[in-house]
Amino acid sequence: MTKAVNESLPTSAVTEKIKLSLTKRHRSEMMFKSTGLAAVVLGFILVFVLLFDITSKALPAFHQHWVQLEVDFSEDNLRYSEGISLEDLRYRSTLRKAIANQFPDVKSRRDKRKLYGLYSTNAEFAIKDFLIANPNTLDTIQNIWVRVDDDVDIYLKETTSLGEPLVRVDVKEAQWIKSLVETGRIDKRFNIEFFTSSDSREPELAGVRGALTGTMLTMLVTLALSFPLGVAAALYLEEFAPKNKWTDMIEVNINNLAAVPSIIFGLLGLAVIINIFGLPRSAPLVGGIVLTLMTLPTIIIASRASIKAVPPSIREAATGLGASKIQTTFSHVLPMAMPGILTGTIIGMAQALGETAPLLMIGMVAFIVDVPASITDASTVMPVQIFLWADSPERGFLAKTSAAILVLLGFLFLMNASAAYLRRRFESK
Amino acid sequence: MTTANLVFIVMLIALASYWLGIQRSIKVAGGKQQVKHLVSLPSQYGLLTAFWCGIPAILFLLLWSAIESSVIDAFLIDQVILSADGQVQQNMGLVVNNVKLLAEKITLSEDLSAATELQLQNAQFYILLNEKATLLKTLLTLVIAVGCVSSILAKIKHSFHARNNLERIVSGLLFTCSGIALLTTIGIVMSVLFESIAFFSQVPVTEFLFGTQWSPQIAMRADQVGGSGAFGAIPLFVGTILISTIAMCLAIPVGLMIAIYLSQYATKRIRSIAKPMLEVLAGVPTVVYGFFAALTVAPIIRDFGLLIDLPIAAESALAAGLVMGVMIIPFVSSLSEDAMTAVPVALKEGSLGMGATQSETVKKVILPAAIPGIVGAILLAVSRAIGETMIVVMAAGLAANLTFNPIESVTTVTVQIVSLLKGDQEFDSAKTLAAFALGMMLFITTLALNIAALKIVRKYREQYD
Repeated sequence: MTKAVNESLPTSAVTEKIKLSLTKRHRSEMMFKSTGLAAVVLGFILVFVLLFDITSKALPAFHQHWVQLEVDFSEDNLRYSEGISLEDLRYRSTLRKAIANQFPDVKSRRDKRKLYGLYSTNAEFAIKDFLIANPNTLDTIQNIWVRVDDDVDIYLKETTSLGEPLVRVDVKEAQWIKSLVETGRIDKRFNIEFFTSSDSREPELAGVRGALTGTMLTMLVTLALSFPLGVAAALYLEEFAPKNKWTDMIEVNINNLAAVPSIIFGLLGLAVIINIFGLPRSAPLVGGIVLTLMTLPTIIIASRASIKAVPPSIREAATGLGASKIQTTFSHVLPMAMPGILTGTIIGMAQALGETAPLLMIGMVAFIVDVPASITDASTVMPVQIFLWADSPERGFLAKTSAAILVLLGFLFLMNASAAYLRRRFESK
Repeated sequence: MTTANLVFIVMLIALASYWLGIQRSIKVAGGKQQVKHLVSLPSQYGLLTAFWCGIPAILFLLLWSAIESSVIDAFLIDQVILSADGQVQQNMGLVVNNVKLLAEKITLSEDLSAATELQLQNAQFYILLNEKATLLKTLLTLVIAVGCVSSILAKIKHSFHARNNLERIVSGLLFTCSGIALLTTIGIVMSVLFESIAFFSQVPVTEFLFGTQWSPQIAMRADQVGGSGAFGAIPLFVGTILISTIAMCLAIPVGLMIAIYLSQYATKRIRSIAKPMLEVLAGVPTVVYGFFAALTVAPIIRDFGLLIDLPIAAESALAAGLVMGVMIIPFVSSLSEDAMTAVPVALKEGSLGMGATQSETVKKVILPAAIPGIVGAILLAVSRAIGETMIVVMAAGLAANLTFNPIESVTTVTVQIVSLLKGDQEFDSAKTLAAFALGMMLFITTLALNIAALKIVRKYREQYD
C-alpha cells in the first residue's frame, strides 16, 4: 500500500498526510489508554463497593443491646419450696412479672404478649443460670441484664427518632423502648457472644464458634492429608519419574483436575467416600478428604515449580559426594524448595477455606448447634454457615452473615499475607 | 478396639521399633564406636524397621475394614436362615436390617419389649459376631506389626543393606502418592458414570438431552413405578449458557483492557497496587459473591427496573451473571496478561520503531500474536463460569424457565445439582440420580473446554520458542 503512495506523491506530501492523520491517531491512542485505565479503575471500584457493602452491613452485628430487668427471685414468684431443684422453677413467669412491673399500665393480653417479646427468648435461661450460680440470691430482688429481642436490637440500631415506629416495631413497643432507654435500662455492649456461641434459630443468639471449630477441624484434616501427599507426588514427578506415557498421563491428569468444578468433587465425596466407604455424613473428616482431593493439584503444581527452581548444581554436588538419589532429594532439594512449597500449600489451603459447594453435597449444611469435638462429629464450616444465614428470612441474620464474611475474609487475608511474606522473603535470598 | 485407636497403637509400635532398630544395629556393630563398620547408618536401620512395622499393619487394617461388614453380613444371613429352620425369606435384607437395629438398641440398653425371642437371639448373635471380629482384628494387627518387626530385627547384620531397602520403600511410597491424582479422576468418572447409567435406565437419554421440561420434584410426590417427573435438561443448559454469557460480556472486555493497560501502559507503581486489587477479587470466596449478588446487586437491579417500569425478576439472570463476571475478571486478566507478555519484545519494538502508536501496536501486533493465549484464557474462564456454583445457588432461581431474557429468572446445571442433593437422599430415585447425570454433563463440558484451551496454548507456545 505504502509503495503506491510513495511513487505517486512527493515525500513532503506524505509527511503532510501523516501529520494530518496524527491528531486523529493520537486521539484514538488517548481513547484506548483511558479505556484501559477505566477498566483498572472499575476493578478498584468493584473491590471497594464489595468490601464497603459487606463491612457496613456487618458492623451492627458486633454490638448487641441489653436490657436491665428487676427480677424478683421471691419463693412465691418462682414457686419454690423445699426439695424442688433450682432447675425446675418458674423462670418464665418470673421474668414476665419483672418486665410487667416496669410497665404497670400495660393491661390488655395482647399488649402484654408484645411486652414479653421485648427480650430474647433465652432470657429465662439467663436468669436461671444466674440463680443457679448464685443460690443465695433466692428471695431477693436483682437487677439482671438480658439480651433484647433481635427486632428491638435492629430498631435501636437503625432508628433516628426514638419512640417512632419502624419496620417490625409498632408505636407502643417504640414507646416502651424509649422509656427503657430514658431510664438507662438499655445498654449497648460489644457482642463477644458472636465468637463464643454457636448457631441458633434466634439471630440475637447466633454465633460462629461452631462453624469456626468445624472449619479448623476440616482444615486440619485437609492440611494433614494434602501436604504430605502433594509434596510426595511433586517429588516423584520432578525427581524420580521416568519420562514415559504413565508420567505424561499423570501430568495431564493433574492439570485437568485443577480445572474441574469444585461441585464435582462433592459428587465424588457423596458417591464414593460416603456411600461406598461408609464414612459419616456431615463430618469434618469427609469434608477434609474432599477438600484434599480438590487442593492437591494446586499444591502439586506449586511444589513442582519450586522443586524445579532448585539449581541442578546442588543435586550434582550431593551426588558427587556419594549421596544416593533419595538422600539428595530429602536432605538438599526438599529443604531448598520448602519455602515455595509452603507458599503453594498456604494458597491451596486458602482456596479450601473459602470453598462451599462440595461441602453442601456431603451434608455439612445441616443446622448444628453443638460445637464439634472430633473430626467425625457432625459440623458445619464458615462458608456454609454464611450460606445458611444468608438464606434465613430474619433480618437480624443479615448483619450476622456479613460479620461472618468479615471473619472469613480476615482469615483469608492472614493466610494470603503470610504466603506473600514467605515468597518475598525467600525471593530476595 | 476401634480402627482409629488401632492405627494410633500401630504408630506407637512403629515409633518404638524405630528405636529398637537403631539399638539392634548398634549392638550388631558392637558398640557405638563400631557403627562405621555397618553397611548403613543406624538411623536407616531404625527407619526401615519402623516402615516394615507400620506399612503391613496399616494395609491389613484397611483391607479388613473394607471387607469386614460384608463378611459379618454373610454370617448373619446364614444364622438367620438357620434360626428360621432353613427357610429363605424373601425380604432378607429387611430382616437383617431389623436385627442390626435391634443390636444397636441392646448396646444402648433401650426398650426391647417390641422384639420377639427369635429376633433377640439373632441380635445377640450379631453382637457376638461383631465383638469377635473386633477382637480378631486387634489381635491380627498386633501380630502382624510385632511379627514384621521381629523378622526385620533378626535380619539386621553387618552386611544388611538397610539403606537400599529403605530407599526402595520410599520411592514406592512417592510413586503411590503421585497416583492419587489419577485415582481421583477415575473416582470422579466412575461415580458420575455409574449413577448416570442408573439414571438413564429410568429416563431415556434423548429425553434428558433434548427435553424442554424440567421438574424433578413430581417424581418424588407421585411415587409411581418408573417415576414420572420431567427430566428434560434443555432449560438448565440454556440457563447456564445465559448466565455465563452475561458474565463473559462483562469479564472479557474489562479483563482484557486491564491486562492491556497493566502490561503496556502502567507504571511500576500502578502495577504494584493494581495486582493486589486483582488478587483480592480472585481470592474472595464465591459464597461471598453469592451473598453480594443476592442481597445487594439483585435488589438494586430490581429497583432500577421499577424506576423505568420494567418488571425484573427478584432472582434475575442479570444479577447472578454480572457478579459472576466480576469474579472472573481477574482470571481473564491474569491469563491474557501472561499471553501478552510472552509476545517477543522484537515484534513490539519493530512496530513502535515504524512509528505506530502504542494502541496501534497493541491492536495490530500484540493482540494478533497473543490471540491463541487469549482464546485459551477465555475458554478456561468459560469453563469456570459454567462450573461456578455458589453465586448461582444464592442469586439465581430454581424454576426452570426456557428463556434467553436476562431479566427473567433462570436456573443452571449447578443450582439443580445442589438442590437435588442437599439434604437427605435415597439413592434409587431418579431425582437423586439426575444430579449425577447433570454432574457428568458438567464434567464432560469443562473437561473438553480445558483440553481445548491447553491445546491452543501449547500450539501457540511452539511458535515462538
